Amino acid sequence: MDDTDSKRQGLAALFFGSIGRRAAGFVEQLAFLYRLILDSLYWTFIAPLRGKGLRVGSSFDEMVKIGVNAIPIVVLISFSIGMILAMQSAYQLEQFGATIFTADLVAVAHTRELGPLMTAIIIAGRSGSGIAAEIGTMKVGEEIEALQSMGFNPVKFLVVPKLLALAIMGPCLTVIGDLVGIGGGVFMAVFSLDLGFERYVTRTIYALIFKDLVTGLIKSLVFALLVGITGCYMGFTVKGGAEGVGRNTTMSVVVSIFLIILADAFFTALFYYLW
Amino acid sequence: MDAAAKKENAIEIHNLVVSFGSHRVLTDVDMQVRCGETTVILGGSGCGKSTLLRHIIGLRKPQGGRILVKNRDITTMDEDQMSTLLRKVGVVFQSSALFNSLTIGDNVALPLREHTRLEESTIQIMTRIKLDMVGLSGFEHYMPSELSGGMKKRAAFARAISMDPEILFCDEPSAGLDPIVAAGLDELIFKLKKALKMTIVVVTHEMESMYKIADRVVMLHEGKVIFSGPPEEFRVCEHPRVRQFVERRADHYGEDEIGRYARALTSES
Ligand SMILES: Nc1ncnc2c1ncn2[C@@H]1O[C@H](COP(=O)(O)OP(=O)(O)O)[C@@H](O)[C@H]1O
Ligand SMILES: [Mg+2]
Repeated sequence: MDDTDSKRQGLAALFFGSIGRRAAGFVEQLAFLYRLILDSLYWTFIAPLRGKGLRVGSSFDEMVKIGVNAIPIVVLISFSIGMILAMQSAYQLEQFGATIFTADLVAVAHTRELGPLMTAIIIAGRSGSGIAAEIGTMKVGEEIEALQSMGFNPVKFLVVPKLLALAIMGPCLTVIGDLVGIGGGVFMAVFSLDLGFERYVTRTIYALIFKDLVTGLIKSLVFALLVGITGCYMGFTVKGGAEGVGRNTTMSVVVSIFLIILADAFFTALFYYLW
Repeated sequence: MDAAAKKENAIEIHNLVVSFGSHRVLTDVDMQVRCGETTVILGGSGCGKSTLLRHIIGLRKPQGGRILVKNRDITTMDEDQMSTLLRKVGVVFQSSALFNSLTIGDNVALPLREHTRLEESTIQIMTRIKLDMVGLSGFEHYMPSELSGGMKKRAAFARAISMDPEILFCDEPSAGLDPIVAAGLDELIFKLKKALKMTIVVVTHEMESMYKIADRVVMLHEGKVIFSGPPEEFRVCEHPRVRQFVERRADHYGEDEIGRYARALTSES
């Protein structure tokens, strides 16, 4: 056996070895994610019934952090989006002399799509990254192990309050975003498009149907939970100190937004064809 | 055997095997910790001391062997049983591991708040007593980030003993601290054992601190226990690795390379 032969074999071993390791690592990660989701469900729905308690106090704290504190930015962005949407719609609709339908477009587009989407992206940037950073820092500082060593379950302590808060505040923020976004449309309609306040609002109310609101809110609930699970997963899987925390925090935002868009496509199609 | 041998074992470890992937860290560990004694686990950096500790408090499941804490096998326990057992165990982590989002007082009070139904006023008093014991009275309202390394360690002690545990674990209590603070922590461990009759397990690689606090010494090397006995015997033990530890001699690696490099440098000029 000559030198190049053994070298080739070495390379092959290296190549397949690395594929094998990656595959094993991937399976391990999936298993961890599966456990995280199962444990979250258990500690949210089953454990409280068995008298193991739910951390209501920290859930409220999280609701303030994730929900209440996000209201200003949600308001600001939704109002701007509402205005932008009104102007863009009017630009097209003017050509048909149907500017008043701006009201329909803003209302439907905001409640069905942009309200849930923009709010979810804000939550991903604000809270998803925060969750990943918080849990990641605790992991690096042995705080998670300290919790466990006191007989506390980290999922019950850290994950469930955040997911509960997200599940409640995601739709709440979306409702606020929807209202403010439509308000942005009203603002443009009155001050720039000369549509008249009453006419525009009547048209909006006429255009809005229950289904649009509900599908939007269902989406927002799913988006918020995706952000939460992603943030927690990224937090718990931090490796290697502060640098790892930074890396996983960034990853949590990127992955959250990716998953939000995927889920958005899925649910939009679902509602389009089925409802 | 003498009276000491009749003492009950707080912890018994039989044939413990631990590996991370293909890396076997502990190959076959057998050791006992007796009730009411201070056992010091010695060993070089990276030899698996913290890993051993993690397994004794059930944070990970071993690949083989049995761990008995208070005569009950923790490797087969479910989470509820483990949680109950852990209420009688306190742990001081290598990096203190205080909850950075809580004040020192809340850190110490957390186990009491979650595991007991005591009145808030009682919890406050107990918290203050524990902080007094470690010399941190008046620091309840400080955040962990506002304390020095030594103070953090002491706060971690206060938190670890807040539930009056039967067994206390300390992972390298004096690592990274100046000798005065380190001596203070040894003093603290000694007092806790005397006053509260705790079983204490301390991981360290500092010989001085070991001689001060240890009733028994267990030395780990290459995944096995190479010495187990009282400190006087440790001092005279003939095992080469133990001698090396006692006499503070370095492993011989890299010296030839350094010499060769130095010669190459000098011959070039
Ligand atoms: N989570 C882990 N994953 C992989 N290897 C680990 C992990 N924790 C520890 N190790 C390895 O186990 C060995 C022992 O580590 P540790 O118990 O921290 O040593 P010590 O506390 O004695 O300094 C080291 O070689 C380390 O690389
Ligand atoms: Mg260690």
